[in-house]
Amino acid sequence: MTRLAIANGKLADPSGKDLTPGIILIEDDRILASGDVAIPPDAETIDAKGLVVAPGLIDLGVFATDKPAFHFGGITRAALMPDQSSPLDDAGLIRQATRAGKPDFWVHPIAAATRGLKGAELAEIGMMQAAGAKAVGTGRQWIADSGVMMRVLSYASGLGLTVITHAEDAGLAGKAVATSGETATRLGLPHAPACAEAMAIARDIMLAHATGAAIHFRLVTTKAGFDLIRAAKAEGLKVTCGISPAYLFLSDNAVTDFRTFARLSPPLRSEDDRKASIAAVADGTVDVITSSHDPRGPEDKRLPFADAAPGMAGAETLLALSLNLVREGHVTLNRLMTLLSANPARILGVDAGGFAPGSAADLIFIDPDAPWIVDSGKMAAQAGNTPFDRMPVQGRVRRIMKGGNFL
Amino acid sequence: MPDITVPSAQSDLTGRALFPHRHLLSIADLKPWEIRFLLDEAEHWAKSNRGGARKHDDRLAGMTQINAFFENSTRTLLSFEIAGKRLGADVVNMAAATSSVKKGETLIDTAMTLNAMAADVIVIRHASSGAVALIADKVDCPVLNAGDGWHQHPTQALLDALTIRRRKGGFEGLVVAICGDVLHSRVARSNMLCLAALGAQVRAVAPPTLMPPEVEMLGATPYSRMDEGLEGADVVMMLRLQNERMDGAFIPSPREYHMLYGLTPERLAIAKPDALVMHPGPMNRGVEIASVVADHPDRSAITEQVEMGVAIRMACLDVLTRGARGVEGWA
Repeated sequence: MTRLAIANGKLADPSGKDLTPGIILIEDDRILASGDVAIPPDAETIDAKGLVVAPGLIDLGVFATDKPAFHFGGITRAALMPDQSSPLDDAGLIRQATRAGKPDFWVHPIAAATRGLKGAELAEIGMMQAAGAKAVGTGRQWIADSGVMMRVLSYASGLGLTVITHAEDAGLAGKAVATSGETATRLGLPHAPACAEAMAIARDIMLAHATGAAIHFRLVTTKAGFDLIRAAKAEGLKVTCGISPAYLFLSDNAVTDFRTFARLSPPLRSEDDRKASIAAVADGTVDVITSSHDPRGPEDKRLPFADAAPGMAGAETLLALSLNLVREGHVTLNRLMTLLSANPARILGVDAGGFAPGSAADLIFIDPDAPWIVDSGKMAAQAGNTPFDRMPVQGRVRRIMKGGNFL
Repeated sequence: MPDITVPSAQSDLTGRALFPHRHLLSIADLKPWEIRFLLDEAEHWAKSNRGGARKHDDRLAGMTQINAFFENSTRTLLSFEIAGKRLGADVVNMAAATSSVKKGETLIDTAMTLNAMAADVIVIRHASSGAVALIADKVDCPVLNAGDGWHQHPTQALLDALTIRRRKGGFEGLVVAICGDVLHSRVARSNMLCLAALGAQVRAVAPPTLMPPEVEMLGATPYSRMDEGLEGADVVMMLRLQNERMDGAFIPSPREYHMLYGLTPERLAIAKPDALVMHPGPMNRGVEIASVVADHPDRSAITEQVEMGVAIRMACLDVLTRGARGVEGWA
């Protein structure tokens, strides 16, 4: 039995209100106690040197298992989207995915809701759950057939799994690569109205209402979308939602000059929607901040804008960009850890993301003010496709502990 | 041979060179006086082209012009080819159907290949918005955009402006109605920016399903009813209904479209009595335009647009290669 005591740190406990000095006591790979606790004589003491000690980040909805990037960003677990070269619609593939990062990184696969992610037939969700899937997802697509979506929600609900959905009405979105507005018109890009998101959310909320299922909208990016989520939460439905830093800090102006690193799905929105996204984080409507990590090399990005693959490498910048929300006073650091760690853990049903006794000893030591510059040419990720290239940011992870061991 | 002298570099009031651009990618990059300069240059070539049997000028002799068309085209490709040949360039056409693109080569690799072949000027058409700018960034020689996606078709806007100026004498206060499938039209986007910059009052006339959002930002006032859009217009510029760019049902039928938005003699009568009819071609006769209007000997400027196309492209090829040719005053 190994006991560790982390001392001299400022604890960013998601269940607490503010940063507090305290001790974290660890036994083997679990947290034994935290806060104002006495250090047992047999425990090895680790000096946190005044850094912020927080739960390891749990990234809900990444597209690649990219350990160097996750470790740089302080991410200790990630929920892997089912959109892989072979869609995760089979128990064997799920089992393989869960093993991909161990022992120093854990992957929680999201099972494809339908076979081949085609939106037609239910996949073997129960078998995939038994193989390690922690949620069910529609992938990059919206399931257009409402009957199929209702069955997905009902079935997953019976298994106690949350359904993670992409909110873009496919009929409205079509082949759009940008949000309708000034930028798309000027650049002559195929575009769809921002209400494609609210349309999809409205339908799925109705279905969640009918089935009682838990539904998580992976990325909500518009004011109308957040208004629907707020109303659903007020009604007591099991509805949660997430967002990525790109939608909080960039608008569709970032697409100017056909910058394919800013080609995302859903596409970047207007400045008004960006402000509404910040407000939704501040008022608690947003439950999760995810990197949506999707590293793409030049073969996918050095193309004309509409032909380029959507997605950005976000793992390394997730924490540093999210800390801007703390600096700007929208959330406390503890609340930010709820968005980055505790809530994703809750949605996935894993014992991690907090300091409660029995929780996994996945910890990060953060220097929240350390300055650095995002450099797409020097990233740890498989590819450096970030729209935040050359941006100065603050906040670095100095040490990572995964399951009681420092990496 | 016609006596066409090469003008020296002109400058605006601030003393800057009048045309400081390496490429011609978008009308949005050009200042009004730069547009006027190109139109003036093209006037030389319009006269030269009408001047008799021999139209050759060899100022681009020894230079290689590659027309890389990744999207099908007949008239624009031919127009650029004729323009280049009349200036004495060695013109090579590369059609996507026969290129390495079909074998999976990326656009940037293709651009690097063209560059390695020491082209002196490259003319590019591509189905994706922004593709031409992407290539221009990777090559050493001037690049002319011959149409990219829904984005821009700058030489079309310049030739339309030249046609209008020759027929109407100028642009100030002129009411120009650009009608039809504005949403999918690079011609419309280029023309709105160009004509608004030159002082015209531009109207975008389209069914709401074919009108881009916030079209006002391009300098046009939107109209969803054709009759209102045509009221008092000096120029009626029709656009082709781009069925190949339509993924869904944008209009109920060509028949209904013709009824509501087709340019018929009755509808043309709503515009000014001397209103000019234009169309970038190819036309869908009986859909966006009635044959009797398209072929009207006085009102239709459609064949003149084609003629001015060669002149404009000669002007652009000449101006953009002056630096490389060492023309005095052009770095």
